[in-house]
Amino acid sequence: MAFTSIDQARDRYDVIVVGSGLGGLTCANRLARAGHSVLLLEHHIQLGGLATWFKRKGHIFDVSLHGFPYGMVKTCKKYWNKAIRDSIVQLNNIVFDNPQFSLTTTFSRDDFTRILQEKFGIARTVVEEFFSTVGRMNFFDDQTMTTRELFEKFFPGRTDVHRLLMEPITYANGSTLDEPAITYGIVFSNFMNKGVFTFQGGTDKLIGMMADELRKNGVTICTGARVDRIIVENGRVCGVQVGNRIIAAPSVVSNSGITNTVDNLAGREVFSPGFLEGFDSVKVNNSSCQVYFGLRPGESFPEVGDLLFTSTAEEFSSDEMLDMETKSRTFSVYYPKTRPQHPDYTVVASMNANYDDWAGLENDAYKAAKEAMIERCFMDLDRYIPGIREKVDWVEAATPRTFNRYTLHTRGTSFGTKFEGLDISRSIFKEVPGLFHVGSVGIIMSGWLGAINYGVIVANDVDGFLRC
Amino acid sequence: MTRDEIRDVILEIIEDIDEDADFDSLDADQPLRDQLDLDSMDFLDIVMELRKRYKLQIPEEEYPELSTLNSCVNYLEPKLKDS
Ligand SMILES: Cc1cc2nc3c(=O)[nH]c(=O)nc-3n(C[C@H](O)[C@H](O)[C@H](O)COP(=O)(O)OP(=O)(O)OC[C@H]3O[C@@H](n4cnc5c(N)ncnc54)[C@H](O)[C@@H]3O)c2cc1C
Repeated sequence: MAFTSIDQARDRYDVIVVGSGLGGLTCANRLARAGHSVLLLEHHIQLGGLATWFKRKGHIFDVSLHGFPYGMVKTCKKYWNKAIRDSIVQLNNIVFDNPQFSLTTTFSRDDFTRILQEKFGIARTVVEEFFSTVGRMNFFDDQTMTTRELFEKFFPGRTDVHRLLMEPITYANGSTLDEPAITYGIVFSNFMNKGVFTFQGGTDKLIGMMADELRKNGVTICTGARVDRIIVENGRVCGVQVGNRIIAAPSVVSNSGITNTVDNLAGREVFSPGFLEGFDSVKVNNSSCQVYFGLRPGESFPEVGDLLFTSTAEEFSSDEMLDMETKSRTFSVYYPKTRPQHPDYTVVASMNANYDDWAGLENDAYKAAKEAMIERCFMDLDRYIPGIREKVDWVEAATPRTFNRYTLHTRGTSFGTKFEGLDISRSIFKEVPGLFHVGSVGIIMSGWLGAINYGVIVANDVDGFLRC
Repeated sequence: MTRDEIRDVILEIIEDIDEDADFDSLDADQPLRDQLDLDSMDFLDIVMELRKRYKLQIPEEEYPELSTLNSCVNYLEPKLKDS
């Protein structure tokens, strides 16, 4: 992909989008289609933010292509194009394997209803009532009930059921049982609609198609362009500074994390004390670790499922899942069908992780911790793909430090902020006219679907502002 | 614009959003959301399109005015009378 160099960008645009995560890309595309001139600036050499991939020894590894809800079909068609929509395919075999239960599911409401009755002995009426309760949840509803209370109400004492319902969501967005139940209900219901879907052709193909669409709609794209500052004068946004260039614009959309946006890009001094008080209570989410395995050419393994939620921990615990030595991990298994244009077998192990556990390690200790993690993943993966050690020709680990380095996100956060971040992100343009934020916040606006839809919501705000 | 013209514009915008939308059995006094399978993102698209075409600013609090075809027409009629 060849992009414009920052030296060739014009001096002025209607809107500058800082960051090319799925939220930033979608917002840029919507605004360009609405007729505004748009400049998209990305610090990394590649577009996509956390929707990313990398190449090693002939393999292409996907970082965040583990699965998304069916809602992506409609969203991609409306806000991108039909070709993007047409590459979305279902993942049929979702596997759970832990000391409490082992099962395979399509992760849809019908299948969960069956499993909860047949395998867990829950009455159909209870299951139906649970689904309709979570299905009705809205983000503006009462937030006092926690997910733990929700589960206890419907399935008292059933830690096995709690695990089935919660574990995937904890991986998907870092939430715990103590989060507002509405955040659980919204995300869980999105998935239960029809199951788990993926993008055939891989993340590289998706982002390439998005870049083509942006160009077609006239967006100027610069990579390797790190915005140092969003310039605010007399309380209004007037542009950005990138190295020694100043580019003017009446509106700037930051797809950088909300904490970076306020603390570092705009600067705290441009906000009111009341806003900052709310802002200071925002907690960023956890980060991640991953281990990537690539199979030697000619090697293969039989179908073992597409997405495996595995754990040897006795019960579900979001704290256990964050531990450096967690016994809980997902394995995303990519077969030749994933990338028909580049058939390969790869596996990505993902774990939740705390930035602080990894940030302070000296070089040798850091290397050793990565090696130990790789070893634990090999041991677990060998249960599903026997002899995996002998089949691979590439293994590599990523840690919260890696995520921080590539996205600049505070503490390498994988899923933005907890619930309170949504309100701050939604109200930032009321504080500083022309300043908008898009990107993972509030748990519900994260993930591929959440980030894209949020890009559309913010584009509507910006469009309203520019046409005012 | 007349009431009929406004009505046609709304249906045209919805058709752009969902080409499979079936207007034959549409009841103009029942929520569009239930009959055409529209979600809150679709309503946002309608708002953005109206702004683009007629420079019309619809504040978030007033989105509920767009819930049925007739309520859309009633709400937009005074705003679009000179368009
Ligand atoms: C390991 C992992 C696995 C995941 N798996 C899934 C999954 O299977 N399904 C799913 O739906 N979601 C998944 N997610 C979540 C999903 O990837 C994210 O929620 C989503 O991609 C975030 O999009 P965003 O718009 O918030 O921006 P981000 O992807 O966070 O991107 C922000 C962009 O802004 C850029 N930027 C920041 N500061 C500056 C600056 N000053 N100047 C220029 N550019 C800047 C960054 O470089 C980055 O490109 C996963 C996340 C992780 C970490």
